[in-house]
Amino acid sequence: MKSDRIKFLVFALVVLLVPLPLSGGYLTNVLIFVGINSVLALGLNLLLGYAGQISLGQAAFFGLGAYGSGVLTTAYGVNPWLAMVAVALCVALFAFAIGFPVLRLKGHYLAMATLGVGVIVNIALNETVELTGGPSGLSGIPNLTIGSLTFDSDLKNYYLVWVFALGMILLSLNLVNSRFGRGLRAIHDSEVAARVMGVNARLMKVQVFTLSAFMSAIMGSLYCHVMTFISPNSFGFHFSVELLTMIVIGGLGSVYGSILGALLLTLLPEMLRTFQDYDIIVYGLLLITMTIYLPGGLVEGIPALLRRLVPARKVTEGSDA
Amino acid sequence: MELLNQVTQFVISGLATGSIYALIGLSFAIIFNSTGIINFAQGEFVMLGGVLTIFSLNVLHLPLLAAIVVAVAVTTIIGLLFERLAIRPLKNATPLMLIIITIGASILIRGLVMLLWGKDTQALPAFSGTDPISIAGATLLPQHLWIFGVTVLVIIGCRLFFNHTISGKAMRACSFNRRAANLVGISVGRMVLFSFVISAAVGSLAGVIIAPLTMTAYDVGVMLGLKGFCAAIMGGMGSGLGTVLGGLILGTLESLGAGLISSGYKDAIAFFILLLILFIRPQGLFKKGETERV
Repeated sequence: MKSDRIKFLVFALVVLLVPLPLSGGYLTNVLIFVGINSVLALGLNLLLGYAGQISLGQAAFFGLGAYGSGVLTTAYGVNPWLAMVAVALCVALFAFAIGFPVLRLKGHYLAMATLGVGVIVNIALNETVELTGGPSGLSGIPNLTIGSLTFDSDLKNYYLVWVFALGMILLSLNLVNSRFGRGLRAIHDSEVAARVMGVNARLMKVQVFTLSAFMSAIMGSLYCHVMTFISPNSFGFHFSVELLTMIVIGGLGSVYGSILGALLLTLLPEMLRTFQDYDIIVYGLLLITMTIYLPGGLVEGIPALLRRLVPARKVTEGSDA
Repeated sequence: MELLNQVTQFVISGLATGSIYALIGLSFAIIFNSTGIINFAQGEFVMLGGVLTIFSLNVLHLPLLAAIVVAVAVTTIIGLLFERLAIRPLKNATPLMLIIITIGASILIRGLVMLLWGKDTQALPAFSGTDPISIAGATLLPQHLWIFGVTVLVIIGCRLFFNHTISGKAMRACSFNRRAANLVGISVGRMVLFSFVISAAVGSLAGVIIAPLTMTAYDVGVMLGLKGFCAAIMGGMGSGLGTVLGGLILGTLESLGAGLISSGYKDAIAFFILLLILFIRPQGLFKKGETERV
């Protein structure tokens, strides 16, 4: 347990120090999105990697968070922080309500049902034009402020997003090492066995689904205030698959794996500008090859590879950031 | 009277798209029943059917029939490669891994098609003209007749294959009990491969016959695939009449909903039905005994 805490502190320190030499340049901007994607991937990983329940509709909760905050602050002038909390609670309530019928399904049916929820939400965002602006998007969303401090630069937004992200990462680390986390893993291995052992599988699945929706919604709110412009395209099926790719690459059932996957998949398209829309080819290849050859993801693969390369020395597994 | 004519019109076009959903649903069921896999790349087979036909027609300058044959053949080979390269290497695959792999294959195929042929929406010329036929105040396109005809033929073909040929019976045996099938000397691996081949062929054929009506592009596979899946779920994942009825009901409801309520929510209607069925009757609309499983 103590080494876990040190690992997190090192990770947090790295996160807080990284932007200093960058002096708010382009890379800082990209790293903001690494933070947002990390939490989204983490939310999905709690559900899929730990509890073994797939969701192909995660982008919907992210989108509801973003649009909820966007619409409340622009059209109704609600205080952004208040809007963030209210929207996140509403999205969590929504997830809780649909969680019971949805998570009763298993495997392929669960994947299809969550996909269906995602598509319906996306269609609704596109069609409610008078509220959301429809396909052309919603603009003029204000930046967040604390007192006289306005989060209007990349550097400020970096710290804003990552403070939230670190909080949620710490929460997740504690959660997966708790009684609740052990229960989730038991459900993953065998739901029947878990229930026999007294784990309330049905409720816990809905709870972790709700938690991941809550985390996604908070990130959605932050995203809309950072971007000040949102459009439904960012919250479609494609993005749900991207999140899935992140955790498959990073490592299913690993908190740091989610962050590693988010980091790689956010940086990769930025570095390979020529790919543009063709990034889905890379995602497809990665999903297939990783699942066949490295089902544990990079967090398992890299240490295993190092051990093979350096058999004599004991390899230290550094922080994954 | 005006409304009645409109409704007739919606029902006709609904039945046509419904037939397509039925075919796609069948192609889902064929793989599901011999492997337990829901192939998330199924819609891409449908898309490939349409896109490859247009390619053979416009670039290779083949006559229509040859173009269709080429398109279906190439898609079938892709289905075969998919099984060989992505499904077979998996040992002890969990449903989760299979979902991720087939999603990977789906976006890979979509990306490659986008890379090779671009993002433009293309239309396939109708097979035999576009002169409408008037029936009871509504108009029927010749392409509708093609769709109904091909669908009926494919369903009869599937039925004959699964009930009256040794390979078809062997595949059904695998769906009932893979281990027992293996014990009596059926090569389960080959039957799995067969199921991907047949499924890809049926799926791509659906894509070919719908292309003149709805246009086609690299990204039409997602929606078509999901609606086909919805039809299959309504029919209880059987490959018999249940799935066909499921497809027809879905197509008609969608067409009526789009025409009478709002066209923007057309796709949402299908997914709403999908969720409703999954929540209330995941075993399908019809009693299990009535739907025959392959």
